[in-house]
Amino acid sequence: MKPTNTRDPEYYHKVVDCQYACPAHTPVPEYIRLIAAEKYTEAYMVNWESNVFPGVLGRTCDRPCEPACRRVRVEEEPVAICRLKRVAADQKGDVKQLMPQGPFPPNGKRIALIGGGPASLTVARDLAPLGYEIHLFDEQIAGGGMMRSQIPSFRLPETVLNEEVGFILDMGIHTQFLTYVSSLREVLSQNYDAVFVGTGAPKGKDLTNLPGRSEGAASIHIGIEWLASVAFEHTKSISKKVIVLGGGNTAMDCCRTARRLGGEEVKVVVRSPFSEMKASPWEKEDAMHEDIQIFDNHVPLSFEVENGKLIGMKFQKVKAVYDEKGKRQLIPTEEPDVFIEADEVLVAIGQQNSFPWIERDLGLEFDQWEMPVVDRTTFQSTLPKVFFGGDAAFGPENVITAVAQGHQAAVSIHLFCQGKDLMDRPSPYTNLVSQKMGIHEWSYDSQIAADHRYAVPQAKKSVTLKDRKKEVELGFDVPTAYKETQRCLNCDVQTVFSADRCIECDACMDVCPTSCINFTENAEEDQLRLNLLVPAENTSQDLLVSENLKTGRVMVKDEDVCLHCGLCAERCPTSAWDMQKYFYSVTKAYQVPAPFPSLQK
Amino acid sequence: MSYLKPLFSHPKLPKNKIGYTLKEYEGSLSTLCAGCGHDSISAAIVRACFELSIEPHRVAKISGIGCSSKTPTYFLGNSHGFNSVHGRMPSVATGANMANKEMVYFGVSGDGDSASIGMGQFVHVIRRNLNMVYVVMNNGCYGLTKGQDSATADQGSISKSGHVNPFQAIDLASLAIELGASFVAQSFSGDKQQLIPLLKAAIQHQGFAFLNVISPCVTFNNNPGSTKSYDYVREHIEATSVLDFVPHQEEIKTQYDEGKSTRVELHDGSEIQLNKLSMDWNPEDRVSVVSALQNAREKQEILTGLLYINTEWKDLHGTLNTTKTPLNRLKEEELCPGTEALNQINIGFR
Repeated sequence: MKPTNTRDPEYYHKVVDCQYACPAHTPVPEYIRLIAAEKYTEAYMVNWESNVFPGVLGRTCDRPCEPACRRVRVEEEPVAICRLKRVAADQKGDVKQLMPQGPFPPNGKRIALIGGGPASLTVARDLAPLGYEIHLFDEQIAGGGMMRSQIPSFRLPETVLNEEVGFILDMGIHTQFLTYVSSLREVLSQNYDAVFVGTGAPKGKDLTNLPGRSEGAASIHIGIEWLASVAFEHTKSISKKVIVLGGGNTAMDCCRTARRLGGEEVKVVVRSPFSEMKASPWEKEDAMHEDIQIFDNHVPLSFEVENGKLIGMKFQKVKAVYDEKGKRQLIPTEEPDVFIEADEVLVAIGQQNSFPWIERDLGLEFDQWEMPVVDRTTFQSTLPKVFFGGDAAFGPENVITAVAQGHQAAVSIHLFCQGKDLMDRPSPYTNLVSQKMGIHEWSYDSQIAADHRYAVPQAKKSVTLKDRKKEVELGFDVPTAYKETQRCLNCDVQTVFSADRCIECDACMDVCPTSCINFTENAEEDQLRLNLLVPAENTSQDLLVSENLKTGRVMVKDEDVCLHCGLCAERCPTSAWDMQKYFYSVTKAYQVPAPFPSLQK
Repeated sequence: MSYLKPLFSHPKLPKNKIGYTLKEYEGSLSTLCAGCGHDSISAAIVRACFELSIEPHRVAKISGIGCSSKTPTYFLGNSHGFNSVHGRMPSVATGANMANKEMVYFGVSGDGDSASIGMGQFVHVIRRNLNMVYVVMNNGCYGLTKGQDSATADQGSISKSGHVNPFQAIDLASLAIELGASFVAQSFSGDKQQLIPLLKAAIQHQGFAFLNVISPCVTFNNNPGSTKSYDYVREHIEATSVLDFVPHQEEIKTQYDEGKSTRVELHDGSEIQLNKLSMDWNPEDRVSVVSALQNAREKQEILTGLLYINTEWKDLHGTLNTTKTPLNRLKEEELCPGTEALNQINIGFR
């Protein structure tokens, strides 16, 4: 293999598994260390810069970082990254003074944002400090989009959402709430320099063709519409027997909300097997903890209506069968159909994009699925001044993805307004600094804690089920949060190797607790992976290969299960190994073209 | 600074025949200087014991005083250990071995501990052919007292302070052969590929197995002009042979040219397979070994690998005709058989 090019910004970035997996590439180990140091305000700001909504995401994020956590590969459970983020948000001091302070000198450009959800708000935050005049339109009464209308208050208190939405709107954003944009043509006619569409995926899927759908209509609701109606307090109760159709997080939110609004027998019915439900495992657990039964492998057949009143639903029992390619098919079992009693049904089987308000003759192309044609890098549509982001761009994802797309769209809008090439993306800001503080001392806590993951305490069910707004999760207290931070392996503190200093004494290889380091003859990657002390079978993780050493061998390090404990560097007599902290940050619009101006004024 | 090793290990760490991973053979975190050759030798011992599937509780590590003699803390943490008096490791090892012949004995010593203060004990344990592995971690200096020349420092070798050693070196390997050691090998801490099979063969050898391992002192003797530095040793190393250790009833995998290859069978049926690199040398002929060592010295080469082996000579238990049962398992009635037995013995002398 050729020597690894560690100057490629993505090489060390990939070693920081959590940050790499995060769509917004939040520097996770960095803020976890700040939390450990009780610097909650700073930890919050590290988050805020990357993911804009630390308090919201610390409660509701889909957490793509956690399954990626290295801890999963050496222990079992990942670091509770998401819940530590919440600790930073809960304990933070005055963060507002650290944010860009308006009023900003106007740059003469006007931007329209359609929709007030996470993607639009991210664009607003990134562009406002540059002096753009930003007009935000949303049909709801306040900003936040689906974070407000679909995420129930027992998971995300309104105060938390209001604060973080407020941070952005206070930057001098012109908001027009309770305004449904019904024509893009009209918006375009206002001569905005650019338009950003962040309208989400607002249409809940329905089971229009199922028998009994129209007869029972009064008692059948679309999940996200019903959740919004609860959030805005139009709906305040539900019947005692409720069926929730669907197995995603919306279904979980629906069933748990139903429990709080009077639902006593709430049943979730889903087509797929339990293990393949789309809902996050912890959301399923929380639902079951609230006495909600989940029936898997049940395909809805009909709504049963008697005397004009919904009495329940019929389901066919199926089993999942997989072909050799792993493709799933649901095959009916021979068992009789199942009838489940219900007074009301919530349909939470997915959501779709819907753009009835975009005229099709504007030069903005739509594909065969009625989705706008949007560039995956620039988020630009075929109408150059119109940009998309969040669920509106490529269909339903999650908040953190919307934020990440918002950042990129903002960069594109900024480049576009300056007449620059949109494909010329700003490179990330990176920094690699030695953590050496003495012969064997590091400026980070290199000890590896063997603690298992700590559980987040929850409020009592008897209390939370009575009050829709009572938050269920209480968050870590400070001592527990500290213990949880110590589980982080500091993967951003990189093992940096200099071949010219190595005397091949084998000390690093001998001391490495996870047998990652090898001195061996070079070979092609496939062969080299097999030749290591412990074969490197996880090909998703790279090998760090050195230049040729004096004896003609090379140093090969399998990044897979490296604990970043620094023992290799401590036992190295010549400092051929050094522990260097790698900071990687996606460049935001307000950081272009100056590489990294401080957020502080 | 770290004082503890992390508890985690590679989840796919291979297991040996008795179900242990390398972890079970490791000791605590070394406090020797970073880069010390001794740590590599410790790691080689860990690997040799792991690969031979030796139960850790069947091993006793005995050492004297010095950097080398500290190392038993850093390997085989689940084995028995005795850190004895300076230069007196051989007598403790002899006592332990006499009491329980069923264990594997590792004597760990250094050039000071063996070639200076312990020389008297060293020569006698060799001539008794005690069944043990005697490893000298040889760095040619007194590392623990700031690097003064030891008795194995080569004449003309320059110390870190610039001092040239005026005295002849004691060649421990030649001495061991002269005194009748039944297994003599030389190696280098930086060459695990050679050291591990040598250690495995030494463990399986029935009798006194001596390993002189050159182990650079990174702090005091790794400077230009030193003949025990990493660079000097790598440049002057000359292996006698490529050695494979083939455990009992295992298939021989590597094939060498006929004529160049020699096999030596050990007591337990395992084999050492040697692919000779130097043709005028026969590992079973003391005269050829001594002359090979002399020739190497002339050419300023460091001869490594298995130098001499004799599987015929009896070890100390054989010579003394001791009981087959380890002494520590003999019961009172066997040790004190009573008046009648004493009378029989006395009659035998009349």
